[in-house]
Amino acid sequence: MMRPLWTLLQRDISLIVTRRQDVLTVVAFFVIVITLFPLAIGPEPEKLRTIAPGAVWVAAALASLISLDRLFADDWRDGTLEQLALAPQPLALTALAKVIAHWLSLGLPLVILSPALGYSLGLQGIELAVLAASLLLGTPILSLLGAVGAAMTLGVRGGGALMALLILPLYVPVLILGAGAVNEAMFAAPYQAHLSLLGALLAVALPLLPLAIAGALRITLD
Amino acid sequence: MDALSSDQPKPARAGARDQGVAGAALEAEQLACRRGELPLFEGAGFSLGAGELLLVRGRNGSGKTTLLRTLCGLSEPARGQVRWLGQDIRRMDERAQQRMLYIGHRDAVKDELTPLENLQIHQGLRGEGGALDAQLDALERAGLGGCEDIPARYLSQGQRRRTALARLLISPATLWILDEPLTALDQRAVAWLFERIAEHLQHGGLVVTTSHQSIDGLPEPRILDLD
Repeated sequence: MMRPLWTLLQRDISLIVTRRQDVLTVVAFFVIVITLFPLAIGPEPEKLRTIAPGAVWVAAALASLISLDRLFADDWRDGTLEQLALAPQPLALTALAKVIAHWLSLGLPLVILSPALGYSLGLQGIELAVLAASLLLGTPILSLLGAVGAAMTLGVRGGGALMALLILPLYVPVLILGAGAVNEAMFAAPYQAHLSLLGALLAVALPLLPLAIAGALRITLD
Repeated sequence: MDALSSDQPKPARAGARDQGVAGAALEAEQLACRRGELPLFEGAGFSLGAGELLLVRGRNGSGKTTLLRTLCGLSEPARGQVRWLGQDIRRMDERAQQRMLYIGHRDAVKDELTPLENLQIHQGLRGEGGALDAQLDALERAGLGGCEDIPARYLSQGQRRRTALARLLISPATLWILDEPLTALDQRAVAWLFERIAEHLQHGGLVVTTSHQSIDGLPEPRILDLD
């Protein structure tokens, strides 16, 4: 049962990577949103340092949202999604494989870039490590939640905006915990609790949300 | 509305890949389908045994595609039930799922990938072990010799269709559900496809298809008229 999923994972990653502009768009979006903050707020280092965790996290959430818009759209348009739904393995696992491929090629680059961007806003040392760790745990949850929205709004005109309305409120807990962990680290307070809670959220989301994605896809295909 | 019933059991055949096909049947009972609030048809029922071809007829909008999507389990009927190998089509096990192949209007051919990659990935996703030789051979026989390595976006509509139909040559599935398979095909490809369908039926396979074009050359089909 794992081999078909492996095939799908490889296919999705290679499709996203060959299209290159998807990765570049999302990464550039992430960087630009973060650079907007110093421009709007002013260059005082202390002020920037205070907003840094929130700025990076909000940028990551928005970047995740715009990248997920097309998660199922191409496969839906060309009929691949029908074939995936008719394949022998459960659709929930297929959906999970797609989300993993998507996160590896579009979510992971943000995590890797985040310390550099955090540094540019004045975060230092352990704070940068906590920022990257919180994104590492948090962005997969964002991807899974966003995938539910992408599946629900498939084929709807203006689906992207609708999806943002549906999904952004669900991003809130992740955003609070993720940015909160970095804030704790900035005040030398224990940040582990926030990271543990993020980990717990991920552990719940990983088995459950694929079921929701599969359900939404079946309704779309019906 | 014609309701068909299976009255001529076919003898089981002994082809190696068709073992267990005896008694393999696609059954539909009192199917009613609607699109949105619009009722399309109701009371459609048939039972299709090994070696039989079912041709679904009807004018545009009569629900042929909906029926085919219902038969393969993509759409849920408003009423009635479809069974394949004795299992409810919406809840069947892996084996039954593997024995069914659907090729729809949207042919699931990826623009970025070559015909060979498309075929390999299709097989990979269905968990069919695919040998490279068999895949190349299938593409050759589907008339794609020489374009195995060209990304599908540079191929013509007919060649894309052939890429999708090449799946029929290497799939172990016994039930084929083909929605308008002749679209965009030239005469030679049509003849090739008919030959392939006839061969499949001879080996005890089942085929459900729709077509607005002439189907002279196909074995005598059973007909389900939706008008």
